[in-house]
Amino acid sequence: MILGSALDIVERCGAPRYAFTDFPLGNPCGKPYDVAMQRDIVRAAVGLLEEAEGPGTVIRSPFAWGSDDWREGYMRIRPEDLQRLAAAGAARRAHRQALRERGQVRAG
Amino acid sequence: MDRTRRFYEAQGFDKPYQWAQNQVTPFTAPRKPLATATLGLITTAALYDREESDPRTVASGDATAPPSRLFANDLAWDKQATHMEDLNSYCPVDRLRELAAQGRIGRLAPRFHCVPTEYSQRRTLEADAPEILRRCREDGVDVALLVPL
Repeated sequence: MILGSALDIVERCGAPRYAFTDFPLGNPCGKPYDVAMQRDIVRAAVGLLEEAEGPGTVIRSPFAWGSDDWREGYMRIRPEDLQRLAAAGAARRAHRQALRERGQVRAG
Repeated sequence: MDRTRRFYEAQGFDKPYQWAQNQVTPFTAPRKPLATATLGLITTAALYDREESDPRTVASGDATAPPSRLFANDLAWDKQATHMEDLNSYCPVDRLRELAAQGRIGRLAPRFHCVPTEYSQRRTLEADAPEILRRCREDGVDVALLVPL
């Protein structure tokens, strides 16, 4: 079973059981250091192992992040970012190509 | 997905990222009650702060004496909104050990496993996933919890 924070990607892939936490990517088991929240989320996820009766069963955690700012902030592209992003992409491709030529990355 | 797709387009990658899409979703009912089952934990984070040039390979950590944190600076997640300093927010070793102590699950497997997120579905299906399965079987795992970052 999967415990995660990307609903569309996991549903597209298809998971036998999916416990979804609607949080920014990076902490699907609960906010850092919030032990009570982590306990609830992990316990519910584990319970799904017993509860699910068929593939694709999804439960949603009742917790909210608080502010919704992250939804717009994640991978946001503003007009002033375009040049920087294009340069970053070009640098990344050049770096990958150099590594590939040295046999340091898998060819895929 | 749309957001990620646009982000890669803005970086000039001409081939759109292909997320995995399977025709059939498997489902197996647990073979034993949860209270007696061994649960295996799988994460997409790494045991050390990986460079992009480092080979991404399957690795395993000690779940009986877990590290204070794992690493994934080379992966895409919301680094502005959150952080990885609390292991249990993305690899819930202590929370699962608590559930074992309470008898909710039989036990947590002695190792947790790190699966590399390759940009190659073939690599994941043919090399990494079978290796994770082999290690889980070695540990007597009955049910597995995968927590992607």
